[in-house]
Amino acid sequence: MELKEKLIASFMAFENLVDIDLPVHDVRSEAIKEFESQGFPSKRDEAWKYTSLNSILKHDYSVFPKLENHIDYNDIKKYFIHDIDTYKIVFIDGKYSSHLSETTHDGIDVCLMSSALSKPKYRLIIENYFNKVATKDSLSSLNTAFSQEGAYIHIPKNKLVAKPIQIVHFSTGNEAALMLQPRNLIVVDENSHVQIIERHQSLTDNPVLTNSVTEVFANKRAIVDYYKIQNDNQNASLIDSTFVNQKRESVASVHTFSFGGKLTRNNLNFYQNGERIDSTMKGITIIGNKQHVDHNTLVHHIEPNCESHQDYKGIYGDSSTGVFNGKVLVNREAQKTNAFQANNNILLSDKASINTKPQLEIFADDVKCSHGCTIGQLDDSAMFYLRSRGIPEKEAKALLMFAFSNNVMSSVKIPEIKQRITKIIANKLGVNTGFDL
Amino acid sequence: MLKINNLHASVEDKAILRGINLEVKAGEVHAIMGPNGSGKSTLASVIAGKDEYEMTEGEILLENENINELAPEERAHKGIFLSFQYPIEIPGVSVTNFIKTAINETRKANGLPDMPANEMLKMIREKSEMLEIDRKFLSRSLNEGFSGGEKKRNEIFQLAMLEPKLAILDETDSGLDIDALRIVANGVNKLRSKDNAVIVITHYQRLLDHIVPDFVHVLYEGRIVKSGGKELAHELEEKGYDWIKEEVNA
Repeated sequence: MELKEKLIASFMAFENLVDIDLPVHDVRSEAIKEFESQGFPSKRDEAWKYTSLNSILKHDYSVFPKLENHIDYNDIKKYFIHDIDTYKIVFIDGKYSSHLSETTHDGIDVCLMSSALSKPKYRLIIENYFNKVATKDSLSSLNTAFSQEGAYIHIPKNKLVAKPIQIVHFSTGNEAALMLQPRNLIVVDENSHVQIIERHQSLTDNPVLTNSVTEVFANKRAIVDYYKIQNDNQNASLIDSTFVNQKRESVASVHTFSFGGKLTRNNLNFYQNGERIDSTMKGITIIGNKQHVDHNTLVHHIEPNCESHQDYKGIYGDSSTGVFNGKVLVNREAQKTNAFQANNNILLSDKASINTKPQLEIFADDVKCSHGCTIGQLDDSAMFYLRSRGIPEKEAKALLMFAFSNNVMSSVKIPEIKQRITKIIANKLGVNTGFDL
Repeated sequence: MLKINNLHASVEDKAILRGINLEVKAGEVHAIMGPNGSGKSTLASVIAGKDEYEMTEGEILLENENINELAPEERAHKGIFLSFQYPIEIPGVSVTNFIKTAINETRKANGLPDMPANEMLKMIREKSEMLEIDRKFLSRSLNEGFSGGEKKRNEIFQLAMLEPKLAILDETDSGLDIDALRIVANGVNKLRSKDNAVIVITHYQRLLDHIVPDFVHVLYEGRIVKSGGKELAHELEEKGYDWIKEEVNA
């Protein structure tokens, strides 16, 4: 059976597992119909022209997680940012792991989507926010149809959340092939500040396909910093759709670090519903082998006096392929918009490729919008300069790559993340870096 | 220290160096002068190991060891330093981090542990004071937005930090005003000892007033066509290169 048919058939079984009397179930039922009519995207769709899902849709995925699997913390500690105090919402094969998690209801809610969807005290938030900014594209609809588990974070107004929140998904390989559909909802009210770190990690080589949807609401003057660390193994693929709805004077940033996985697609959408909003989308991609990373971004400037900053750096080795498709949409009313977009790429081999496509649609006449994309190789004369000072070839390459990525690293606000990313990059490049930038 | 025998090198099949012979002993300063396009910078790059140039004949010996096949970093580890005519801008790498990396990689290659941080800081302070370099300058990205003079001073700062056996200064005087020239020359002179050697590549004699050479060689069309003492530099300054060309062509 094709995966699409299997998923549609599974929806009935899913209905036996959840409370179908909840209002959210109407949303799910609508969504499965939407998915049924659209099917999986193919290369005929403009937005998927350079990313084919064929190779990852062929597996016979288990679509329902079985019982909770136990993992020992020490075996997976390295996948956490563990040198600082954090809240943790941890899932194993899609099931919540209470022993690995550290949630809270003390003034803020850092807990589970499943309880938020079912408990009356969250009903108002769910009604107001759930599935309100996610689009109805096929993969988001598929996720909505099976939405049940994930992170639920609600920060009421005037809270500065001192501890970052880590959302981590592990897959154990207990299933021959596993499909996960995590669904996160993050609501940050007026004047509050929260930092979130998200990671998906498969612990074996069994194929995993994660189709994740995250909705973020940054209300008036809220600050949200979101870090996505994508360093999964060779048979794990991720389709991440993140939707950020911003209200006036809010500041939101998403940093995406893509170093691993078989296929990674990041759909990142920002909607500026208010004045004086600041949106930042940055990413570093360093991949090799036959890996594929696709960044598909949208920032929609709806109201005046807002800013957006996009900066994506990519380094592609071996036969890896990359895509950057960055859309900036400026409404007629959105005067005095400042929108910047940069996408710089380095190809390390003749077989690597990148398709980069800036898309600016500007209907206002008093705006500053800039975009630039570059594709190049490592500079030979810079390499010779470094090597002539005694820095070996591999280290010199690494130093130039770090330098190339530095603009993105500089806006990371949690030092432990910066250190971790530096370490991952150094490992990836096979160097032991004495340099910190 | 350095011995070059019958060195031929070409780039994209175009012969640039056509039989260079040169011997530099420890404690000596050699100046290499010559008109534009004579191959001076190529000679410097070939000694430092730039692979854009193909060595078609001859050999380069450093302390009696043939280094023809060594990578640039391996030559650096053995004590060769090239001060670039046009230092490369590397945004995102600070001067301090760069020099730390260079020193520790060189130490590693020579079987030494990393230089302790306090020792490194002390050395950075001493050498930057010697070259009258502002400390703020050291946290800036390597050469990025530096003036011509700052770039050259930064090259000599690196030279001072790395303490090479053989320093090759490629047109270090170009772009320097007289004060900067004096500071740079001073820095080089302080590093001179009986154990190391300097090759100064220059167009003009003015740097040689400050870094006084033991020998002056004239490079023309890829060969050393004349050698002499420091008075040869004065003669060239006065008379230009035409008489050399005439001598060669005669």
